[in-house]
Amino acid sequence: MFSWLEKNPFFFAVFVFVVIAYAGLVEILPAFAPNARPIENRKPYTALEIAGRQVYIKESCNACHSQLIRPFKAETDRYGEYSKSGEYAYDRPFLWGSKRTGPDLMRVGNYRTTDWHENHMKLPTSVVPNSIMPSYPHLFNKDADLQTAYAEALTVKKVFNVPYDEEGQTKLGSYEEALKMMVEQATPIVDAMNDASVKAAFEPCKKDPSASNCEIKEIVALIAYLNSLK
Amino acid sequence: MANPSQHISYDYTIAKWFMFACIVFGIIGMGIGTLIAFQLAEPSLNDFAGEYSKFGRLRPLHTNGVVYGFMLSGIWATWYYVGQRVLKVSMRESKLLMFLGKAHFVIFMITILLAVVSLFAGVTTSKEYAELEWPFDIAVVVIWVLWGMGIFGLIGIRREKSLYISIWYYIATFLGVAMLYLFNNMEVPTRLVTGMGSWLHSVSMYAGSNDALIQWWWGHNAVAFVFTVAIIAEIYYFLPKESGQPIFSYKLSLFSFWSLMFIYLWAGGHHLIYSTVPDWMQTMGSIFSVVLILPSWGSAINILLTMKGEWHQLKESPLIKFMIFASTFYMFSTLEGSIQSVKSINALAHFTDWIPGHVHDGTLGWVGFMTMAALYHMTPRVFKKEIYSKKIMEMQFWIQTIGIVFYFSSMWIAGITQGMMWRAVDDNGTLLYSFMDTVDALKPYYWIKAIGGLLYLIGFFMFAYNIYKSITSNRSIEVEPKSASPMQA
Repeated sequence: MFSWLEKNPFFFAVFVFVVIAYAGLVEILPAFAPNARPIENRKPYTALEIAGRQVYIKESCNACHSQLIRPFKAETDRYGEYSKSGEYAYDRPFLWGSKRTGPDLMRVGNYRTTDWHENHMKLPTSVVPNSIMPSYPHLFNKDADLQTAYAEALTVKKVFNVPYDEEGQTKLGSYEEALKMMVEQATPIVDAMNDASVKAAFEPCKKDPSASNCEIKEIVALIAYLNSLK
Repeated sequence: MANPSQHISYDYTIAKWFMFACIVFGIIGMGIGTLIAFQLAEPSLNDFAGEYSKFGRLRPLHTNGVVYGFMLSGIWATWYYVGQRVLKVSMRESKLLMFLGKAHFVIFMITILLAVVSLFAGVTTSKEYAELEWPFDIAVVVIWVLWGMGIFGLIGIRREKSLYISIWYYIATFLGVAMLYLFNNMEVPTRLVTGMGSWLHSVSMYAGSNDALIQWWWGHNAVAFVFTVAIIAEIYYFLPKESGQPIFSYKLSLFSFWSLMFIYLWAGGHHLIYSTVPDWMQTMGSIFSVVLILPSWGSAINILLTMKGEWHQLKESPLIKFMIFASTFYMFSTLEGSIQSVKSINALAHFTDWIPGHVHDGTLGWVGFMTMAALYHMTPRVFKKEIYSKKIMEMQFWIQTIGIVFYFSSMWIAGITQGMMWRAVDDNGTLLYSFMDTVDALKPYYWIKAIGGLLYLIGFFMFAYNIYKSITSNRSIEVEPKSASPMQA
């Protein structure tokens, strides 16, 4: 039936392409618009939260932690309300994960505190005995990349019309304004932390967010992100 | 020229390069894999090199190293060998094709080395099997285009009019991966838009559920078109050659090829069952994944029946053993995949260790064994040397088989245990176990898995040693063997 194709490489390739491509057309395109609509009250991430999200991605936290609560009683009892499509409207990329070596984090902001996260990242077994999670001491030494975080927020605002700076939405502003807001959001987090070096590095920020010696550590941004997951 | 095919001298330069790359990246990728398996059992192994030795950094290195370093190199090594032979044309006949092939290899090497560095540094898009950031993505596209030009260039100057089955599968690999890779890696470099921040950073074109949909459309079908279609291309060539038997049924190979093409792309949806993508897509993903058993088993049965009446070869040749074991594992892991796609079973299996268990059934048993078998078959023909040791091959076969059994049995038990414990409730409907209880319960299985991985890695070292000794020893062969590869000791 198809044997004539085997002598016509060009048509063969075209035929293969059509046969494999149509599934994508049928399956993927119809869902695009409705999937992307944000759920009510959902706001874009602040620049500091994006910086934290970038740390989360950099360390591949999603290799072990999911962010998708399935609609089963066991999961909603354990992690909170099940996930809705519109809750992910500002997630670029999505971070559902594919394996739970650790628990789901979709709503971790509801039941963990800054203090808990700090200890957990420094030495996981100090808060969860027998934990097999690695410790992340380098997050306490490295500065969060605030510029790249701001660049990401500005990009999605410009390119994908994410509603920054609109009425009732997250404010982004210019880079100087954004820095000020990042320091504002970081202040209560740093205050709640115990690590002396993180506190010392942050001290100059309180006077001048644009100062060159103002340092927001990766751990602070990461905690801001984790606290925002609700 | 009565029969030109007898006078062609094939040029294996590029095939050789990719053979070496395949072995080197096999060792690196599997070595890291074994290390991270032990990290799950013994977390202090995360600490020996600061941030660069944490599980999260190494895991994408393991997958990329094995998938793109080891498997793709293996696929390309076989392409630059098989392509010439079934199309009856030598690379030597075209300066352009030689140049494209060499550029293909060189740019691939540069890209993958940069990729290793960037992944160590934590530069990742977080999308599984598509972690590379945008500049490397562009390099990958260049590599792919070079390979495509090589394929169609060689086809263009062929002497054999009909395209052999393997060529169908190589073409499908090329087209499938090209389409999926382009769509999944659509991203906007933030520095280009804003002039600020890191040059390497980008944001995905798609958000949330859409991003997940595209990602698993790619994620599963990278499995389809790298781990399956290309490996079928290999076995359809190498098994008949090594055993001296013709393919059992031409019709069955036609049927399974076209139905595989038709069905495979739908299967990605099974990664999203009970997620937030529309219900009908989840159902389609589930149904098509179950139906996928037909073309998969079609190919596998076709391959197994090729040995009809010749099963004694299985006893005599470890090389045949590798290939038959590979297709048996292909049947086994496709059946397993179909089972896991049934909604109620997926509810239990998703997010558990049964999933990496399943992946490794396919990759260790099917892809790994077939790749090594292909390289074993090519060595005497490419280097004109006998295979150094049959005994080592035999031992390697059994060590790796035991490794796989350790691996999948522990991951099955671990996965199902995990799934059952997560959902277990007492008479009042209260959860019985904390998450940590399940982690504690899995620790013994993590040890077994890691030991299984270590055995497989040891077997791979034996393979590398055997190939090395074959090439460097003096046991040259004058005339190319017709079927069974020569090995004496």
